[in-house]
Amino acid sequence: MSKKGIETLVGLFVLLGLAGLVFLSLKAANLASFGRGDSYVVSARFDNIGGLKPRAPVRSAGVAVGRVTKIALDGATYQGVVTMEIDRAMQFPRDTSAKILTSGLLGDQYVGLEPGADEKPLVAGDVIKMTQSAVVLENLISQFLFSKAAEQGDGAAK
Amino acid sequence: MRAITHLGARSLEVLRGFGHAAMFTLDLLRNVPAALRRFSLVVAQIYAIGNLSLVIILASGLAVGFVLALQMYYALVPYGATESLGLIVNLSLVRELGPVVAALLFAGRAGTSLTAEIGLMKAGEQLAAMEMMAVDPRARVLAPRFIGGAVSMPLLAALFSTIGILGAWVVAVGLIGLDPGNFWGLMQDRVDVWRDVGNGIVKSFVFGVICTAVALYQGYETQATPEGVAYATTRTVVISSLCVLGMDFVLTALMFSTP
Repeated sequence: MSKKGIETLVGLFVLLGLAGLVFLSLKAANLASFGRGDSYVVSARFDNIGGLKPRAPVRSAGVAVGRVTKIALDGATYQGVVTMEIDRAMQFPRDTSAKILTSGLLGDQYVGLEPGADEKPLVAGDVIKMTQSAVVLENLISQFLFSKAAEQGDGAAK
Repeated sequence: MRAITHLGARSLEVLRGFGHAAMFTLDLLRNVPAALRRFSLVVAQIYAIGNLSLVIILASGLAVGFVLALQMYYALVPYGATESLGLIVNLSLVRELGPVVAALLFAGRAGTSLTAEIGLMKAGEQLAAMEMMAVDPRARVLAPRFIGGAVSMPLLAALFSTIGILGAWVVAVGLIGLDPGNFWGLMQDRVDVWRDVGNGIVKSFVFGVICTAVALYQGYETQATPEGVAYATTRTVVISSLCVLGMDFVLTALMFSTP
């Protein structure tokens, strides 16, 4: 084959390979879905974060609006401090509350934001005050069992 | 006593082999800039190594994607988690199967031909003839092939993963009738560009370097006989496959050890 022909074929091969990489990054990964630059950071304190992990989504009304960036323990209050970045285009009132929710019964946990009614919006560095901890399934089950046992105990005593 | 002497001699031999291979690889790397100056040689090698491996890589990627999607579907149905099928196929392809299987195919398809070519050049004393003409065969023959392999491999692995995901999409959405929104949405939600896709590319580049270096070393150090070339070709496949699998474990442990 002529030299020109080979060069063209190699060019096509490289282009095809790069197209594959672009496909993997844009269509099959999160490059397009959420940019890093245009976001602001807020944090929230929870008594129990359950199984929340960094990079978990932050959702409002089920729509992803951000991502958890850091999870740490506050040494003074022994609360979990969840830092998250939220899309700059999404403004939430200052009295927005945060919950840790689970997608499905055993699915992954995410932070759900429920907007309040305050006029002023949340700004970068704010701490969300009203929070609701993750539901820990084991606690729920043990509570249920204990209450059952207590009921039976009452019944036997009578 | 004789056994100990024998053991010592064997160990020294193995060590010498390692050292020799390492020096050879260093020499290859030193010759890379010289080869880059003669770019048409590199282009010809990318054609021979990359373009000509395309068919086997694409066919295997498609088949792996099909089968992975079907098997995952059967495994996920009892848990009602079929919507994460695309995510599972994507992660397993991008992180592990794409780089590793593509590298194994690459060793079989391109590595063997490199070894046989160089081995026959050596058997035909073409390499010696080049040295006589004051042309360094390492810069003229080996380095362009080395670059060609190192450039082609990541592209081939990316294409393997891409066609695999498209194959999984055909099976999952077209054949089984899963929801395409979940198929792509979960991927975009959970697959990270740098952590997953990026590390996959790093892996495939490392595998490309390993496979090409092993193939060239085996060809260059072959005994200049028909049996020698046959033996070297076999060893190319065995050694590069084992190196790729071993290295994959190391890289996975390094890259994905943190959750």
